Amino acid sequence: MAIYGTALLSLCLLVGLIAGKLIGFAMGIDANVGGVGIAMLLLILGCGKLQAKGLMTPPTQGGILFWSSIYIPIVVAMAASQNVRTAVSGGTVAIVSGTLVVLVCFALVPLISRIGRSEDDLNSAPNSPTGSDDA
Amino acid sequence: MNELWQITESVFTKYSLVTAFALVGVIVWLSYSISVRITRGRMHGSAIAILIGLLLAYIGGVVTGGKKGIADIECLAGIGLMGGAMLRDTAIVATAFGVRFDEFLKTGLSGIISLLAGVFVSFLIGALAAYGFGYQDAVSMTTIGAGAATYIVGPVTGSALGASSDVIALSVAAGLVKSMLVMTLTPFVAKSIGLDNPRSALIFGGLMGTTSGVAGGLAATDEKLVPYGAMTATFYTGLGCLLGPSVIFFVIRAVVGT
Repeated sequence: MAIYGTALLSLCLLVGLIAGKLIGFAMGIDANVGGVGIAMLLLILGCGKLQAKGLMTPPTQGGILFWSSIYIPIVVAMAASQNVRTAVSGGTVAIVSGTLVVLVCFALVPLISRIGRSEDDLNSAPNSPTGSDDA
Repeated sequence: MNELWQITESVFTKYSLVTAFALVGVIVWLSYSISVRITRGRMHGSAIAILIGLLLAYIGGVVTGGKKGIADIECLAGIGLMGGAMLRDTAIVATAFGVRFDEFLKTGLSGIISLLAGVFVSFLIGALAAYGFGYQDAVSMTTIGAGAATYIVGPVTGSALGASSDVIALSVAAGLVKSMLVMTLTPFVAKSIGLDNPRSALIFGGLMGTTSGVAGGLAATDEKLVPYGAMTATFYTGLGCLLGPSVIFFVIRAVVGT
């Protein structure tokens, strides 16, 4: 049933968020440290285990896939609820620092990509060279 | 006519999440049509949809004076729920379904390097820009630098250090500018920075750090890269909140003196 998949997804997220909060608490900061990332790892591992046991039936998968397929619309809604007015009217120092950081960090992506590349088996790296097969 | 609108609006308001699904559906459909017909597929439909979203958010902010973009208009409040942290994080985690575990592990070292580099570079540039614009005390420089990390690190660091409220507001604005630029520019620079595989997406997420920016930017570039970028980005804000008011503040104070 689809709810099994959605419940598994929800459980992973809740456990991950609690773990992230606890890590933050242990570090003495009021922030969630990696909660979503931990949840993603839990989901990958959990699904792997269930798949091996043959428990990931297509309806169960559907309960997860729906949420992953609605991701872009959710991001659009997220964009539509951002505080764009404040960002635009935030003053020059905000715009200058925000812009410079983005440009420098873009430039750093290929630099850091080069670190440790030799350890990788290069044939598995480019999964989708052209990218969009889904319009 | 007025009554007709009142009745319609009351339904929209009561079923605000459903209204949001319908409206976002229309925006996405419109964007993908524009992508095919006007840009001939050169600009990704989701990139256009995100731009329309940001534009609506600006209009909403100007009309209502609120902080939540178009979601501050009462009958569109569901957009805020749909795009809020709860559903966003659920969808981000769901994108990890079907991802291979070893892809994550392989990037271990460069993932950590990208996170540290991303946090330190953001603070450095933000603090320098602050200095250039006359905010020359360590607290203000660190706070604006924190905002250049993310708009959450900014106020967290600022209130920990006791920064003034206008400096905290500036730090939030810097973080918002960053997040919006990452959302909109990523698809255009993706090719030239080699952002076309899981490895570079992980590094990208660690360097940029802004979850909303990375989520939107990668969605508009290649949906398959989303889980990798989101994975590292999710550690960034925590790391920034940890290093900002401590190590980075001490370094900046040691350099500028006050």
